[in-house]
Amino acid sequence: MPIRTEPMTVNVGPQHPSTHGVFRLRITFDGEEILEVEPVFGYLHRGTEKLAEERNYVQVVTLTDRLDYVSSMINNQAYCLAVEQLLEVEPPDRGKYLRTIAAELQRIAAHLMGIGFFLQDLGTLGTPLMYCFRTREKILDLFEMLCGARITVSYLRPGGVFADAPEDFWPALDRFLTDLPGELSELEQLILENEIVMVRTRGVSTLPLDMAINSSVSGPVLRASGLAWDWRKAEPYDAYDRVEFDVPVAQNGDNYDRFWVRMQELHQSARIVRQCVEQIEPGPVRLDLPLVLRPEPGREAYGRVEASKGELAFYLFSDGGISPYRCKIRSPSLINLTVTEHLLVGWKLADMIVTLGSVDINMGEVDR
Amino acid sequence: MNCVLAEDNILHGTPLLRWVYELAGLFLPCWLSYFIAGFVIMFILVNAVLLGAAVFVWTERRLVGRLQNRVGPNRWGPFGMFQPIADLLKLIVKEDLIPQGADKIAFVAAPIIMVATAILMLAVVPFAKNTALADLNVGVLYVLAVTSLTSVAILMAGWSSNNRYALFGAARGVAVLISYEVPVVLCLLGVVIVAGSMSLADVVTAQAVPFILVQPLAMFVFVAGTSAELNRTPFDVAEAESELIAGYHIEYSGIKFGLIQAAEFGGVVTASAVIATLFLSGWAGPASNYIGWLWLLIKIGVVAFLFIWIRATFPRLRIDQIMAFAWKFLMPLSFINLMAVSLEVYFLRDSSGALTTTDLWIMTVINLVVFAVCIPLFGSLIRDKVRPAQLQPTARATPGATVQQAGGEVT
Amino acid sequence: MYGLAMVKGLMVTLKNLTRKPFTVQYPEERLTQHPRFRGEEFVWYEERCTGCASCAKYCPLGIIKIVTSPSETAIDQGDKYRLEVFDIELQRCMFCGLCVEACPYDALFMGSGFEQGKYSRKGMFISIDQLRQSEKHPSTFFRPQLESTGYNPHKNRPLDWKEVGRESWNWHRQEKMGMRLASGPDLDNGSAEELEPAGTSSSDGSNGASS
Repeated sequence: MPIRTEPMTVNVGPQHPSTHGVFRLRITFDGEEILEVEPVFGYLHRGTEKLAEERNYVQVVTLTDRLDYVSSMINNQAYCLAVEQLLEVEPPDRGKYLRTIAAELQRIAAHLMGIGFFLQDLGTLGTPLMYCFRTREKILDLFEMLCGARITVSYLRPGGVFADAPEDFWPALDRFLTDLPGELSELEQLILENEIVMVRTRGVSTLPLDMAINSSVSGPVLRASGLAWDWRKAEPYDAYDRVEFDVPVAQNGDNYDRFWVRMQELHQSARIVRQCVEQIEPGPVRLDLPLVLRPEPGREAYGRVEASKGELAFYLFSDGGISPYRCKIRSPSLINLTVTEHLLVGWKLADMIVTLGSVDINMGEVDR
Repeated sequence: MNCVLAEDNILHGTPLLRWVYELAGLFLPCWLSYFIAGFVIMFILVNAVLLGAAVFVWTERRLVGRLQNRVGPNRWGPFGMFQPIADLLKLIVKEDLIPQGADKIAFVAAPIIMVATAILMLAVVPFAKNTALADLNVGVLYVLAVTSLTSVAILMAGWSSNNRYALFGAARGVAVLISYEVPVVLCLLGVVIVAGSMSLADVVTAQAVPFILVQPLAMFVFVAGTSAELNRTPFDVAEAESELIAGYHIEYSGIKFGLIQAAEFGGVVTASAVIATLFLSGWAGPASNYIGWLWLLIKIGVVAFLFIWIRATFPRLRIDQIMAFAWKFLMPLSFINLMAVSLEVYFLRDSSGALTTTDLWIMTVINLVVFAVCIPLFGSLIRDKVRPAQLQPTARATPGATVQQAGGEVT
Repeated sequence: MYGLAMVKGLMVTLKNLTRKPFTVQYPEERLTQHPRFRGEEFVWYEERCTGCASCAKYCPLGIIKIVTSPSETAIDQGDKYRLEVFDIELQRCMFCGLCVEACPYDALFMGSGFEQGKYSRKGMFISIDQLRQSEKHPSTFFRPQLESTGYNPHKNRPLDWKEVGRESWNWHRQEKMGMRLASGPDLDNGSAEELEPAGTSSSDGSNGASS
């Protein structure tokens, strides 16, 4: 006698612990296997783009902190680059280096968070997550020295950074960079080649390169699929043209490769920070711009950076007023989510959680 | 009136019960004193398991905290020792919800069955020489029978909750439990063959050499199987808090949830006790006539630490991988162990069927070789799933390379 | 392979078992914030404030409410406004520090605390009276003149309005000379270096602006 089965629809989220924020997936399961996926988002929509159109150019910096709230510095950077394009100015050298240092430290922090929660989704009892947070705390302490805040930093300003780093920042940064390799190698020993992680993630939810390019995904997700594409190399901004670093690339585009690429980027970011510390020279950190900026009317700018999750870009259009006429945010998490259905269908419930973790979305950025 | 326990009574070998029964029998009718004796035993059992669960919860949380480089609960009592009591109080006073559409009877019965199985399992474990609460001559069989009750309880909890996550958890839990019964039973057969008895007390006395050395394969399979049956990492798919939030007990709250937790953590304690008895020679040790209980406690602690340590380190396997692990890896291993042990016993035993200590050492050497050969052999059979990444060396992107060019090369 | 990496992982966690925890038990044990920490309890110096409301205009959320009235004496000579209301609606404040950045007279500073939790929203604002009466431990956020003295709001004594201004900071004395004070700052005697941590320094301000 054949057993009658029927598909079952489950709402995963918006209160699910592993959807990385208020994200909802309507999934139809056949047993454990996923038949259909319908991502539903917008639960964290705060209208950042519209809010930006009602604030002056410097005030918007504080809004960008809250987009991808684990990589605020890089969001600041993307926005400031856009405003500098509008004004046709360039920050002084020391400002550029400080921005690069801040952004790379933030990238380490964001990647650690991504890796930690990815492993948490794999079912570890928070051990790798705690180790990641142990390192991330130190970065947040450094940020507190730089700008007085840990998460919502607002450190960068159009035309540089708001203040030079305090005296005690440099020895602290030095200590951090000395400790970092040991902590990272401990994390790698703990989990990078763990057989269970391998079994769970190798070959699961692969994203072929042509599909990755066609869906315009970016960041570690794209590089895991085999394309060495990084805006820091392709179109260097700030001080990235003066430092040497490699772009880690994997071939298979599966969950493991996305995780692996992030792990390697941690080392590269530390390398960039080290070179910046060597190269940085005294000088002004900020252009002497007025408090309220007024770009010429009709100008538009597209400032883009390689954020921790991919290409983050701000499109600004000026009508000559004190606030942007239009602000459009190209957020990597949202674009990376477009391949969700391809990644999830046919895999199991447990893989779904892990895949979401490996794509590393941030709902603050998806919903904006 | 004097009551004397009949020689053929199944509980005759339990001195505590006999002693209480005869003492109470001086004043009370025999049927009542029999009842009281049973009650005393149950009282000790329940409290031992619940206290063990409380101690284990505290130990686990503190230890996991330290393994994760943080502190763990430290608010109430010295080193946070009263934390389980605080948790229990909170759970008792919390509102006890039964979801709408739940099957009430099954929903209420499930946690009770779970606790009962955890408690009953401890009954046959000998704490010291001649001090098992119930020295059954079929102790090993009893352990197996009682543990398989858990799967019923999990199915009841998951089904009656009227929640899809709970249903997922129940389906997974039952699948895991049933699959892992098989290798576990096969391992226990090896133990029984060497010990020549199903009574746990006899198994302890038979361990002139601890069975972890005599049958390392059986120990390995048994620990893996037990941790799967206990829903512990890396086999905790039935709860899987990152996937199913809490799995089969997602809808439970208040004291019912407390019972499930007690059963779960008490289950680890009792399972550790069983493992210590079966493979680590139980209460045996220097001066075991006096401090046998201490030896058992130490061995339970070691096994429990192993469980905690593994839980703090490893991620979770997927359900199909767990099934494959049971049927393709543990199952052959337990067959090999059973065959090796049977053959060794067949050739080594003397005319009366007994094994000397020398025989056990010979078996140890042979079985350690078998262990060292089998684990890599069967590991390599499932290796293609576990193959480490063929990692490409990190490449530098060419500045200015367009997407089409780069993409054209790779695809 | 063959579980060796898993064994390696177990060794890592075992090594961490012997280490000191990195977490801090908060109410008993406290981390010290950096002097630049953007804390709550804004520090405001009424003597320095002209009521220009730059802070209110520059606040991205518009949570600073300022009501002023012209001072009765010498309006024609540009005397400063009298402050009637200076409310900061703390429940919506995100501590970005733009108000501090906007203040041209160094009258508004970030605070140094972080424990202003309240049980109701009603208490979540800072009124002018609170600002007047509170102890003044200004954060060195965006105030290089404080930073260069090595002032630490968490350890050192509260600062007087005469000690916090940019005019006491020699680099910028040209830039901020236009500031109207009761009698111009005595720049030759006053130097920022004299502003020392509590206990070691004299209590009066070093630049003697009002003496």
